[in-house]
Amino acid sequence: MTLKKANLLVDSVKMLLVIVVALVLVTGIVFAVSSEPSNALYNFFIGPFLSLRRVGNIIEGACPLVFTALAVMIIFRAGQFSMISEGAFFMGAAIAMAVSIAVPMPTGIHAVACLLCAAAGGALVASIPAFLKKLWSVSEVVTSIMLNYVVQYFAIYLVTYHFREMQSSSLASLKLAETSLLPGILPGTNVHLGVIIAILMCVFCWFLIYRSRFGYQLRITGCNPSFAHYVGLKETGVMVGAQVIAGAIAGMGGSIELLGMYTRFKWTETPGYGWTGIVVALLAKDNPLMVPLAAAFIAYINTGANIMAMNSDVSSEMAQIIQGVIMLLIASGALLQRWRQKLIDKAAEQEQAAAAAEQVQA
Amino acid sequence: MPGTEILRMEHIRKVYSNGVVANSDITFAVNHGEIHALSGENGAGKTTLMKMLFGEEQPTRGDIYINGEKTVIASPTAAIRMGIGMVHQHFMLVPSLTVIENMILGMEPRKGLIIDQKLAERQVAEISEKYNLIVPPHAKVQDLTVGQKQKVEILKALLHGAKIMILDEPTAVLTPQETRELFHELKILRDSGYTIIFISHKLNEVRELCDRITIIRRGQTMGVYDVKDVDEEEISHLMVGRDVALHLEKKPAHQGEAAIEVEGLTVRNIIGQKKLDGISFRAMRGEVFGVAGVEGNGQTELVEALSRNMDFHGGSIRILGKDISGMSIRQLRAQKVSHIPEDRMTTGIAGALSITENAMADKSYNPEFCGKGTLLRKKNIKAYGQKMVERYHIFCKDLDVAISSLSGGNIQKVVLARELSSDPEVIIADQPTRGVDVGATEFIRKELLRLRDEGKCVFLVSSDLNELLGLADRLIVLCGGKIAAYFPDTTAITEDDVGQYMLGLDRQSEQEIAEVTK
Repeated sequence: MTLKKANLLVDSVKMLLVIVVALVLVTGIVFAVSSEPSNALYNFFIGPFLSLRRVGNIIEGACPLVFTALAVMIIFRAGQFSMISEGAFFMGAAIAMAVSIAVPMPTGIHAVACLLCAAAGGALVASIPAFLKKLWSVSEVVTSIMLNYVVQYFAIYLVTYHFREMQSSSLASLKLAETSLLPGILPGTNVHLGVIIAILMCVFCWFLIYRSRFGYQLRITGCNPSFAHYVGLKETGVMVGAQVIAGAIAGMGGSIELLGMYTRFKWTETPGYGWTGIVVALLAKDNPLMVPLAAAFIAYINTGANIMAMNSDVSSEMAQIIQGVIMLLIASGALLQRWRQKLIDKAAEQEQAAAAAEQVQA
Repeated sequence: MPGTEILRMEHIRKVYSNGVVANSDITFAVNHGEIHALSGENGAGKTTLMKMLFGEEQPTRGDIYINGEKTVIASPTAAIRMGIGMVHQHFMLVPSLTVIENMILGMEPRKGLIIDQKLAERQVAEISEKYNLIVPPHAKVQDLTVGQKQKVEILKALLHGAKIMILDEPTAVLTPQETRELFHELKILRDSGYTIIFISHKLNEVRELCDRITIIRRGQTMGVYDVKDVDEEEISHLMVGRDVALHLEKKPAHQGEAAIEVEGLTVRNIIGQKKLDGISFRAMRGEVFGVAGVEGNGQTELVEALSRNMDFHGGSIRILGKDISGMSIRQLRAQKVSHIPEDRMTTGIAGALSITENAMADKSYNPEFCGKGTLLRKKNIKAYGQKMVERYHIFCKDLDVAISSLSGGNIQKVVLARELSSDPEVIIADQPTRGVDVGATEFIRKELLRLRDEGKCVFLVSSDLNELLGLADRLIVLCGGKIAAYFPDTTAITEDDVGQYMLGLDRQSEQEIAEVTK
């Protein structure tokens, strides 16, 4: 076994273990809180696959997570810890709403305009913590988290004072223009065109990170900023660029979620896709092509939890607890470390033996 | 009892988590009351072996015996309790605390809840007198010279009850004068019954100081010898596995026009102290221009200013006839200026990226590697990586491994490959062979001389006087941010001559120094 294979094996088993432990925990928790645990578990695990509509729910649920996870991935890859994807996502949704309602346009073009404006809005929001850091070394962690609140209340202000549906008792915007909505692509579900865009976006991000000059500079900067500076790269420029691109992706995700799933803007607070995106990015292990799978897994848990909440006596808050557990497990870098070291020792030994044999032959 | 075995490490094997076999099978034994040299190229596994002895790493296989008893050394704390002390190459001292405070750290004598200052003072004074290691006890460590800091480290180990002392390349940072002093002190310690493990690949020092030597190569023991029975050629042959040219053949220099012109250069640090104080010199094409000095006397600032990694506050720098003050690093590099940085691990590489990615990091705007758009040209990049590995003899499993899994010497070769492959006219080399094994050192020095013979300007900063005198054609000595001496001909001087000026014991006249700007 080579070193690469050993690492791959341990990583795969670790991921599997994380999932199994998480599911075992769900089972445990359900048994503790439910009077009909078998029914609850059946709904949780099997429920999401029982109808096309529910499978559709998984796909729809994964879609926004793909965008925020990609944004998180690019930001983290640049060595930055901006939490702005939450705010950029919400900003994107708010701007898409405004463009949809206020600017009439022909079908198709309208949606594209919404998406692009949302991307610009997300980029703008994400650039604020980035520039604050570039200019005055303000920690992007703090500013981005605070900015998320600013964005949230700005969006709610926009709805409340400019786009509110007066007939509605709860806070909701006017109806979005039909011309701007994203069409469904799978009859019998709400799966919309945005899912295709999400998958294309994953491919785009893979190319961006691994095959483009900017991605190369991004990886250098993220790995060692003083090295980037020394070889003549504008490392702060790369960091800002990464955050702007990430903001645009998250912002576009927000608009896609709104135009694909809703007819009105109804959020009264940020929906948390930015935070969940961190979990997805961690699960996908720095590989944009793995993001759809990771997002689908999280969406599966969310869907299962919803179905369980509907059909049994366990609440859907369970899903959030499970997410927390998964995050802890993924972050535990030392899990299975001994096994990994053993395999590595063995690999090294074999390699040495092979090299010795080669020498004898020569 | 003298002569008996105090320490034995048997069949030690250590595999790091990145798959690197640092120690493959090493047996290392030290007798009571001797100074035992541990020699080998960098990457041979000396440091790893000592880390295991000091409890910082655990062996994958093998046993450690102390006084004949099998032991497991779980942590540095455990090692100290067993009487093992270590003086690291990079000192482990708290700069803002005093000498006494540093020494008693972790074993403060107490009076109730507070530290018993008087007793601490007495303990420190006692031990420093006993072994003639004199340091000002109330000075802050940040105000001490490198040599004094080292004494503090040694005293600290003694105070913590060390019977076996490990010194990791202790002379790398010292001037010849300080080295002599250190050797004298170490011999006193040996004669008082201490056992000393002296890690070094400077063979003349081993000869002067040590009783026995263990040589390791590529993680294996090559042999144990009485130092008086072997000569330097034999030792270096065992270390490298082939004969090494210990002295470089140097053709006479053909000086061309001025390549680097510095006038009245002044650099201040963030609290406004002058780290460089109005220095002027000219370095020519076709020569190796050397800069000597004890660490922290302005060499770092000089290199940072020349390479545009730092702004300067006074004077001017012209490289190849152009004023560089407004240039970005990228523009400077486009002027064919290369820079081999002092600390390759923190500024010279991106550890998680591959060898190829590191070797072309400065060339991301080169159309050969990045097409008209922004997509990378994988094929050309791969070919380039392949070429670099062959041309610079980089030893690796494959080109895609993370560079951090290579040994120090091989990492430095990647840095060299990157910096020299862009066909530079001026090469700023800051400690190019520090922590690099004998074989790679020879290679790097030859490359630098080749460039000089091709008419390039090599600007060499080094704390290794042997290297400076061997490579440089002309030499300046920095002391306290000023040029303390200028030697127009390095063949006529010895290490001791230079050491005088490095320590600030002597200073040439203004006229003599001004010669360097001619």
